[in-house]
Amino acid sequence: MLDGNSFLVVFLILFPLLPALLLLMLRAEKAVKIVVNISIAVMSMAAITVAVIFVGGITDFISLSHHLDMLITLGDIIIALVFMYLARNHRSMRYWIPLLVIPQYSAVIFFELTGKIPESSSTFFIDNLSIIMVLIIAIVGGLISIYTPGYMKKYHEEHPEIKDRRHIFISAVFLFFFAMFGIVLSNQLTWIYFFWEITTLCSFIMIGYSQKEEAVRNSFRALWMLLLGGAGFAAAIIYASLYCDTVEVTKLTAAGKTAALIPAVLICFAGFNKAAQFPFSSWLLGAMVAPTPSSALLHSSTMVKAGVYICIRFSPAIHNTACGTFLAFIGAISFFAASAMAISQSDGKRVLAYSTIANLGLIVLCAGVGSYLALWSAILLIIFHALAKALMFCSVGIVEQQCGSRNIEDMHGLISRMPFVSIMMIVGISGMFLAPFGMLISKWSVLEALANNNPILPIAVILGSSLTLFFWSKWMGTLVAVNEDKTDIEKGIGKSIWFPLFSLSALTIIVCAFFPLIGAVLIEPMYGPDFTVMGRGHIIMVTIMMSMVMFLPVGFLINWRNLIHVTPYLGGTNVSDPNRFKGSLKEEEWTLRNYYFENYFGEKKLLKISNIAAILITLAFLTIGWFL
Amino acid sequence: MTLNIIFVILYFIFAPLLGGLFAGLDRVVSARMQGRVGPPVFQPFYDVFKLLGKQNFTVNRFHSYYLVCYLLFAVLNGAQLYLACLFNADDILFVIFTLTLADIFLVMAAYSAGSPYSFIGAERELFQMLVAEPLLLITAFGFYMATKSFDVVKIYSADHMLFLSLPGIFIGFVFVLTIKFRKSPFDLATSHHAHQELVKGLTTEFSGPTLALFEIAHWFEVVMLLGIVFLFFASSPLLGLIITVLTYFATILIDNTYARFKLHLTFEVAWIATLILGGGNLMVLYFLKLVNG
Amino acid sequence: MAFFKKSPWIIHYDGSSCNGCDIEVLACLTPLYDVERFGVVNTGNPKHADIFLITGAVNSQNVDVIKNIYSQIPEPKAVIAIGICAVSGNIFRDCYNIIGGIDKVIPVDVYVPGCAARPEAIIDGVVQALGVLEKKYSDLKSGKLNENKQALV
Repeated sequence: MLDGNSFLVVFLILFPLLPALLLLMLRAEKAVKIVVNISIAVMSMAAITVAVIFVGGITDFISLSHHLDMLITLGDIIIALVFMYLARNHRSMRYWIPLLVIPQYSAVIFFELTGKIPESSSTFFIDNLSIIMVLIIAIVGGLISIYTPGYMKKYHEEHPEIKDRRHIFISAVFLFFFAMFGIVLSNQLTWIYFFWEITTLCSFIMIGYSQKEEAVRNSFRALWMLLLGGAGFAAAIIYASLYCDTVEVTKLTAAGKTAALIPAVLICFAGFNKAAQFPFSSWLLGAMVAPTPSSALLHSSTMVKAGVYICIRFSPAIHNTACGTFLAFIGAISFFAASAMAISQSDGKRVLAYSTIANLGLIVLCAGVGSYLALWSAILLIIFHALAKALMFCSVGIVEQQCGSRNIEDMHGLISRMPFVSIMMIVGISGMFLAPFGMLISKWSVLEALANNNPILPIAVILGSSLTLFFWSKWMGTLVAVNEDKTDIEKGIGKSIWFPLFSLSALTIIVCAFFPLIGAVLIEPMYGPDFTVMGRGHIIMVTIMMSMVMFLPVGFLINWRNLIHVTPYLGGTNVSDPNRFKGSLKEEEWTLRNYYFENYFGEKKLLKISNIAAILITLAFLTIGWFL
Repeated sequence: MTLNIIFVILYFIFAPLLGGLFAGLDRVVSARMQGRVGPPVFQPFYDVFKLLGKQNFTVNRFHSYYLVCYLLFAVLNGAQLYLACLFNADDILFVIFTLTLADIFLVMAAYSAGSPYSFIGAERELFQMLVAEPLLLITAFGFYMATKSFDVVKIYSADHMLFLSLPGIFIGFVFVLTIKFRKSPFDLATSHHAHQELVKGLTTEFSGPTLALFEIAHWFEVVMLLGIVFLFFASSPLLGLIITVLTYFATILIDNTYARFKLHLTFEVAWIATLILGGGNLMVLYFLKLVNG
Repeated sequence: MAFFKKSPWIIHYDGSSCNGCDIEVLACLTPLYDVERFGVVNTGNPKHADIFLITGAVNSQNVDVIKNIYSQIPEPKAVIAIGICAVSGNIFRDCYNIIGGIDKVIPVDVYVPGCAARPEAIIDGVVQALGVLEKKYSDLKSGKLNENKQALV
């Protein structure tokens, strides 16, 4: 029935269900760790094998029996019921959630049951973009899963009041892998819709994990916002069934803007909704109450990447249309506003959340522009952002556990207390904005891609990237601002935490170093044999800068001999305690705080303006754009 | 091949020389404007050599090394611009990004010293970078729109004077130059003059050879930025040289006539100037392109 | 070859003076005397400075401050006591709050008496300190000078 390669693909999608079931039943720590580590190893090997087998410029298709569509319909019914069941006790949500769930699901299920959905010739498809996504999910997601058991153990030690449901948490992680592989490998919109809503469910479970009032509130907010996106997806399915004669992704994108504009617009709506673009940004900010592994996995590296992935997939269908421009503007607003608001945040996870929204905005902008160079940049952005952001979230999580706070103000001089973690955070932060790391190369190519268009988009990107510079460097500098030697509090961090942190840092550096290769092997073949982005000169320059940045830090390890240590200048009033100085009457303490610029970049004002602008453009995107 | 080596050697000799001379000219002209005689023109060189002879004090063993990195990247930055013919297809966007990278090392050096003055100086320096960078990138964009290329060599060999298509961006660039040269009213982070608000701000904890590295790196930066000013007039080199020197003189004049701006005023003034001058110039060019087909 | 003669950077500290000598020191920087001709720059930061200009006498509150600033100036350094209060304590020498001249706390290289010291005398003192700096630099290089390895607090 299936040949070896296709079987591998199906195995990859279905395999995570096994650990999901097992972990639901296992409680013993050691057993959980063993199951997790083995499952991740198997999953990664399968993913890498799939990547190696299917890499190349052509798209491969895999067809399964059409009877499996019945399973999907059954799955849809179950999920719809689960959503309504989850909301049954909530005061207001028990009305809103069914209001969102029933119309979209009844329409889709009705169409599926009455055979109005056009039959597809292929169930799954793989091209280089799928391979990239599969590798990101397996490797980055896998590393975060390895991090999870150690983190959750400490989490429950520190928060004994929270009910220990970590078996549900870790099981949800693997259910999520199943759904993500399904999204990036499926060719039928109905299947993608099913997997899409499973990720919504996983997000709901993880955000509401602690069952505290704020967590429950935020989980429901995420639920209804993501269901709104799902409604867009459902509408796309309905429309495509009625007017486009197909629900296949490859066929729809090949049909282009003449035939498939409206489904593409609706799907991109669902995509940027899942990617927490404005006006839907508040669900991602609220999701930060969840334990850090979920923030790392769902809300930065993988689930939100599904949203932008689908936008990139359907970008050819909205290329050169007014809707494409509107989508680009939504991305631009998100990039600029989120970067600005990140400056005014001192909670580390909120900064990371805003930065995630900003980078996803950049990717959505590229998807809206849709030229080959823009899509190249977008895919590179996905890769580098997934790596660096996962690293940052994992580091912030461990810092929060060891120091008790994830506020940037409490991270002054962290490099003397937690040297290795701080260095990895510096690697992560540099990977997010500094030349010559990957994100900067991607931003460079975004600017090159936008050079021929309307100047408004590049100006938004330029302003936004200056803003990102500020808050990242501020954080990086705060980590190294040591004013006294403190004790090393890195002891007690287990191997299951160090391994993912080290691997993610190493991967960030290695993938940056080899990105021309990645571009040439994985991305450029998708857009034709003559398409090359980086000329030899660019590669030489980037290589020079990259080698300088990689080898210069060795100098920090050298103990320069003729240095004489003195105290910092405090106007001559130093005393023996470095944090104090001699005031006019007695010894006083001095502390340092960063700039946050509340009056320019504060959330209150900026959120209101950006949301209004984004709502207007979204409405235009969904309605008038079709006629322009 | 040998020509390339000669170019490289010339760059390494003349860039710091020119930078130091400009710094010396700055002090002499400022002094004359203030009715004084001023130091000899080669004074910055005497200063740097003296600093190299001092003891190397440090607050922790890392911050001097950050400055070494700052110097290396500032040198690379100038090389990207002046030795562009050596690299096949050198992008002006990279020049701006390397400038930012070098500055980040400087900021990290100041942060790592852990003293209140250098910490606040570093924050203000970052803020200055935030304020100045948009217009630098818009300049690069302006070059693209005027010459259809980001390549430094192509921009240099453009057949028409770029200033004529990019007047707004040029004025904005001179504005940003005052920020980058740390001249009043934008000398928030550190200043060449004595006894400022934050003692010496960014450079408070640097001493001796470390400070010498800072000065030399700053010379390279100055030379690089003036090179970009020259690019606006590259089609007539003599005019370009004159305008470059006049621009430097203009920044000195602004330095001596303005008091320091507050942080918020800096941000508002600079970004409004960026949007109106830089953004406006780009929009005009874009519309002209649309109209002409 | 040392360049201390060409580029002496000073830091000025007021111990307990009446500000008369301070005003004269600052007058040296004005166009009338213009010491910047000799490369003198008034930095406010001991880590950048070569010459420590002190006016006013030492009292119990600024003993530690003077020692602290002195220790934060890298070698080679010179100290100039400007004004008779800094030289010896002047008429306040026996007061309950005055410890004495600057040399009670740190080693002084040049004494510039006067009340207030004239700018010409101050400039002359700085020029003499340049010679002291050069000698200290050659001592430093040949290892004869006792470098301070540890900052005094």
